[in-house]
Amino acid sequence: MTEVPIQYWLGLAGVLFAIGAAGVVLRRNVIVIFMSIEIMLNAANLAFVALSRQLHSMDGQVIVLLVMTVAAAEAAVGLAIILAGFRNRQTVDASQLSLLKW
Amino acid sequence: MTAAFFLFLLFGGIAVVSALTVVLHPHPVYCALALVVTLFQVAILFLLLEAHLLAFLQVVIYAGAIMVLFLFVIMLLNLPREAEVTRPAWRATVLGVGGLLGVELVMLFARSHPAPAAGALVGGFGSVNALSRELFSRYAFSFEVTSVLLLVAVIGAVVLAKRRID
Repeated sequence: MTEVPIQYWLGLAGVLFAIGAAGVVLRRNVIVIFMSIEIMLNAANLAFVALSRQLHSMDGQVIVLLVMTVAAAEAAVGLAIILAGFRNRQTVDASQLSLLKW
Repeated sequence: MTAAFFLFLLFGGIAVVSALTVVLHPHPVYCALALVVTLFQVAILFLLLEAHLLAFLQVVIYAGAIMVLFLFVIMLLNLPREAEVTRPAWRATVLGVGGLLGVELVMLFARSHPAPAAGALVGGFGSVNALSRELFSRYAFSFEVTSVLLLVAVIGAVVLAKRRID
């Protein structure tokens, strides 16, 4: 099925990662910043699976499974932190949550 | 153009467009819905790469569990539409760096040699059987550590989100 060369898969993964990184830098809403991080994780997963297909090795797919677990844990803890921050400061604007800023 | 390449372009294109929607849409709920579309496209791309179990897990874990969590928090916080979506000071920088990376990508494609074809797969690649055999033999330790990580995440989420009783 895969007649698509590996460069195209890695190119797509790179583009998705760049979009996610741009979202983290550009957006002010902490929840949307979090979604952008999920896009970046997915781009890395895509590169892992594409290389696993190219090299005929299951290792990449196992790592993707572990990354998915880490993403689930990260989403649970991160959203709890956002909730706690909102309860204290009544905002999800990253530029106003600057208490830890040096 | 082969059928596989057409499908790659179609679903990859939808993934890029919906990812851009996540980054650029002013309303957080629409961002979350666009993210669901992106995650589904990545699941379909996993199918094209013959990672069947991972495609299934992508839909169940990402598009199911994690997105429900996101939408629930957005609903709980009752977030309004944002007046100013992006930080003005960073727009030029992001456009510049993104353009540079785009030029690099195009040059890379223009100069790269075609990779050797991936070749035919042995039967059962990407199946539940093959993945779990690796997971429970060579990666058994990582697998067990993952369960500890999930436990820590559960405790952390409960402690952080708990309302303090005065």
